[in-house]
Amino acid sequence: MKDMLVQVEPLIPALRRYARALMRDRAAADDLVQDCLERAVSRWHQRRDGSVRAWLFTILHNLAITQFRQATARGRHMPIDDAGEQELVSAAAQEQRLIYRDVLSKLARLPEEQRAVLLLVAVEDLSYADAAKVLGVPVGTVMSRLSRARERLQQEMDAVGPRNVVALRSLK
Amino acid sequence: MNQRPITEDDLHAYVDQALEPERRAEVASYLDEHPDVANRVAGFANQREQLRGALASIADEPLPVELNLPHIIESRKRRPLWAWRAIAAMLLLGIGGLGGWTMRSVLQDGSNGLSALAQEAAYTYGVYAPDRVRPVEIRASDSAELTQWISNRLKQPVRVPDLSVSGYRLMGGRLVATSHGPAAMFMYDDDRGNRLVVLTRPMINRNQGTPMMPQSSGDVAGFAWIEDGLGYTLVGQLPTDTLKPIANEIRKQSRPI
Repeated sequence: MKDMLVQVEPLIPALRRYARALMRDRAAADDLVQDCLERAVSRWHQRRDGSVRAWLFTILHNLAITQFRQATARGRHMPIDDAGEQELVSAAAQEQRLIYRDVLSKLARLPEEQRAVLLLVAVEDLSYADAAKVLGVPVGTVMSRLSRARERLQQEMDAVGPRNVVALRSLK
Repeated sequence: MNQRPITEDDLHAYVDQALEPERRAEVASYLDEHPDVANRVAGFANQREQLRGALASIADEPLPVELNLPHIIESRKRRPLWAWRAIAAMLLLGIGGLGGWTMRSVLQDGSNGLSALAQEAAYTYGVYAPDRVRPVEIRASDSAELTQWISNRLKQPVRVPDLSVSGYRLMGGRLVATSHGPAAMFMYDDDRGNRLVVLTRPMINRNQGTPMMPQSSGDVAGFAWIEDGLGYTLVGQLPTDTLKPIANEIRKQSRPI
């Protein structure tokens, strides 16, 4: 168990970040991470060789997907453009904050599978192979989803530059 | 210079700083010569920076009490009192249920030894499947050692069935005692934590083969059969329909090549 504490504890902040970026709700995200940690503790001995980081993200990702499916089945939709961003950024300066808010709301408009791959690779620094493990798809699929995610996000960002958004929103 | 063509994957790996230095230099010089591509790549890199910046503060927040790992570990340790009672109760119920179906199979076939094997599998499942601490003795990561040990003890080569096509991963295995000598237990699980047990041992009468016998009672089901002198049984708390293709897969793999 000592071994587990040493290996898992430093990864909790990253797990929280991934969960919150996916769920866009602080409480729901932390619940998910808690669930993930409980499973990790009880299944530590079943862990196969390989990166602990990829293993934990896999558990977390599967929990998130289950939750998304349940939410969809119940006919509820995850918030897209309203709530969420406020909680995501708190420390940054006002203008930077608006830019961040803007990129996050654009991220939220990506299909769930593209969003997940972009977060795992570009934010959580998982290797392509580890991201493939987490998502349960071949590396080739990771690459094509990553490419589509980036193209699409770029289109959105080019359509209305963050600067313009700042100007428009500041007028309000 | 005979250089490998630059691919889209290279461009992404460039942005994610995942290239070997040599390849990275090749991509960099390519970008120098192709400003339009360089522009796209710069856009991707900018996205990356913005996303990281936007989400960075989350990882700096102090962890709430619910996410305190030592607490989570501690509360699991304190759970045994009632948890073990619950497990013990489940175990008794499980064995009761399994006993039912093995009794029935005794009445049904009796003579070729499959019923005894099925009963042994039932006990093995009841004892090891609910075990959260050490369900297996040798883990899947040491499967070569597991195969060799089992084959030595059963005095014939035994292959560990690979159930990944059915969505089950090998957790590992152990040797178990039966009234007919040592048997090999292999345990598998899926992403939802469902566990399956495969129990195999040489059959006394060296019967070369029997059809697969379905067995079930309550929420526990199983199949037993003989292939090339070895008895096999698969048991799990799943419907027979779900177990059948898995049993078929094991049987297919256990056939001599």
